Amino acid sequence: MSSNHNISFNSARLEKVSADLFRTVRINKSFMAWMGFLGLGLAACLYAYYTQLRDGLVVTGLGDYTSWGMYIAHFVFFVATSLVGMLISSVLGLIGYKWIKPITRIAEIIAVAFAAVAGLVIISDMGRPDRLPYVFLFGRVQSPIFWDVTVVTTYFVLSLLLYYVTLIPDLAIGRTRLTGRPGFLVKAYDILSVRFSHNPLQYKILFRAIRILLVLIVPMAFAIHTVTSWLFAVNPRAGWDSTIFGPYFLSGAFVAGTAAVIIAMYFYRKNYRLSEYLTDDHFDKIGKLLFLVSLVYLYFNLNEYLVPAYKLKKFDAIHIRELFSGHYAVMFYFTQVAGLIIPLILLLLKPLRRPLPLTLISAVMVVAAWLKRYLIVVPAQEHPYLPIQFVPEKFVVYTPTITETAITIGSLLIVLIIITILSKLFPVVPVWEVAAEDDEKSKTSIS
Amino acid sequence: MGGTGASQEKGKKPDPEKILEQSRRDFLKRAGILGAVSATGAAAIYAGHHYEKSKGKDKMIKVLTEDNRLVEIPADQIADFKPDLKMLQARGREGIAGKRWVMILDLAKCRNARKCVEACQSAHQLRPYEYHINTLVMKESVNTQPYFMPKQCQHCDNPPCVSVCPVDATFKRQDGIVLIDNERCIGCRFCMAACPYSARIFHWQEPKELTASETDNPEYDVELNVPQKKGTISKCLFSADLLREGELPYCVTACPNGVFWFGDENEDAVTNGTTRETAVMSELLKNNAGYRLMPELGTEPRIYYLPPKNRLFEFQQPENPEFTI
Repeated sequence: MSSNHNISFNSARLEKVSADLFRTVRINKSFMAWMGFLGLGLAACLYAYYTQLRDGLVVTGLGDYTSWGMYIAHFVFFVATSLVGMLISSVLGLIGYKWIKPITRIAEIIAVAFAAVAGLVIISDMGRPDRLPYVFLFGRVQSPIFWDVTVVTTYFVLSLLLYYVTLIPDLAIGRTRLTGRPGFLVKAYDILSVRFSHNPLQYKILFRAIRILLVLIVPMAFAIHTVTSWLFAVNPRAGWDSTIFGPYFLSGAFVAGTAAVIIAMYFYRKNYRLSEYLTDDHFDKIGKLLFLVSLVYLYFNLNEYLVPAYKLKKFDAIHIRELFSGHYAVMFYFTQVAGLIIPLILLLLKPLRRPLPLTLISAVMVVAAWLKRYLIVVPAQEHPYLPIQFVPEKFVVYTPTITETAITIGSLLIVLIIITILSKLFPVVPVWEVAAEDDEKSKTSIS
Repeated sequence: MGGTGASQEKGKKPDPEKILEQSRRDFLKRAGILGAVSATGAAAIYAGHHYEKSKGKDKMIKVLTEDNRLVEIPADQIADFKPDLKMLQARGREGIAGKRWVMILDLAKCRNARKCVEACQSAHQLRPYEYHINTLVMKESVNTQPYFMPKQCQHCDNPPCVSVCPVDATFKRQDGIVLIDNERCIGCRFCMAACPYSARIFHWQEPKELTASETDNPEYDVELNVPQKKGTISKCLFSADLLREGELPYCVTACPNGVFWFGDENEDAVTNGTTRETAVMSELLKNNAGYRLMPELGTEPRIYYLPPKNRLFEFQQPENPEFTI
């Protein structure tokens, strides 16, 4: 974010940029059809959740030994993906990289949508969701769940604020340019733009607010995923009993989030015809970023798996064997090889950092990232210290049910609904930042 | 006595009446009739209210109040006291003062009769595969003999489950028992993830259908964890309800083979549930090389095991039962 408060626009450039970027802000038939599709899908998933409320968690594949399964893996994946807002906007933004400007809002949309729904995913795992208020009424500060609820909520609020504050100049630009759009949308722009009129003092306040938010988001993002990793690491169980879980989760989060942003970028570039703003160069640069975060994650994976595999302590050995050559071997090698090692090699090649190949690589990596969370959550519970005996077969091996899968997909549909609404009602690339960018380059002619 | 000692240290003159009252209270605690006292005490307060309206009308009777006063009330004003949920939860969280319950299991005696399992499941209204206590087949290595080990909540003094509970639904009492309040539990199952002994169960569906006699007393007692509830945790309670009555736990008395010893660490005495023989706890552990499960985890269990040596019977591999959920 620029520290130059005397932001000024070249009017021809502003007209072009706003025409291009506000073109996608409309409620058309394809939007309605897509929302209808998501809504129908969600209705089916909500029915699945209704059966869970009615019959209990027996509709899932969970049992007394593997008592956390797909829901918790999904929750970890959601929290992980939402961290990318912090990586791109805060870390790269505060360092001063200019190329991230067109993709900051995409990162924020991802952050807001995933952080918002992460809480719902946790509720779907609760045996007594009706007692959710107890977490606030009787909350104990010793419990990592209490920390998790606190920091996820705070991170969501901060991300939403960052999304909104950086949107204010765009709302002000847009309120006079939304001819032919529904009245409520124009009205909403008018109210939300809080009479912003692009004067230098307003920009000064705006930049200060953005800066404060960017700084605050960094520790909060570290906190949400570190605390999420502690939900596992504080338990005395082989497979979870690790001291590097915090940074291990954090580095994995950047991989999942960056890959998700790349997929979103590709979608907007194609469907919203924004190749002028989300250029090949942007894909090339974010491809390099994906390489960097994947390399860090690979390093943590080496530590997390090879050190226990060298020692082979009794219960660590059971866990490691399940992953390396047992029941979970296929999934494990998919996450490590297809999800990490091969992408690392491919990302070194410039032609593969072009939009389409990079998006395909990212899609594989997102799937691998989800499966990786499953591998962290589930296998560690299937081999407790004491033997599992004289119990139903269902308790011995965890297999997710269709109902459980539907509920899990349901939360993903809610994420897509939030992303769809945000990206259809507001520009997905910051108009004011992109329009002002060229001015800065030719500053001499203006000042 | 402790109270008087403290007041003397402060240099105050000890109040003779206070000493008298204090020693009487201690006597009553030792006698272990606090439960009965509180019940009659509450009845007395209730009755006292009515006494004002019908003075001198009836025969008088002496009762002890909750604060250990001996009072007289009309005999016909006495009503049975039935503790309500609030009171059951309050006393269930507090525990029994002065006690440190401890259990010793002699694995040399266990023949997998599974009577402990049945008695427990019947008392706590559980299905056959819902275990507070489960007899496991243990085998340390290929060259060692298998043996049976009844396994339940270890009532750790440093319980990982209690640390992680977000809502104080599971808690550690002063008498060493770890309990679960299923009126509070939100069903997050963090405690299950934290327990290294896999001692906890979850009600994935509606609990077992109850017989008419089991539904007689629908008030939830946190010391019995009955009635069980869908979407909440359950676990071994050391039969806290029986301990309050001064009796041994359900599993302890159900065992036909003399596996279970139960008692108070403060008294250094444990009683065998089968033979009713009482032994010195520390001697029993010393002479038989008593140990605890996974001491390296630092959980400090309140359950000790005596090793399965000199067994007077053949080990028989039990059949694996088929369960349908």
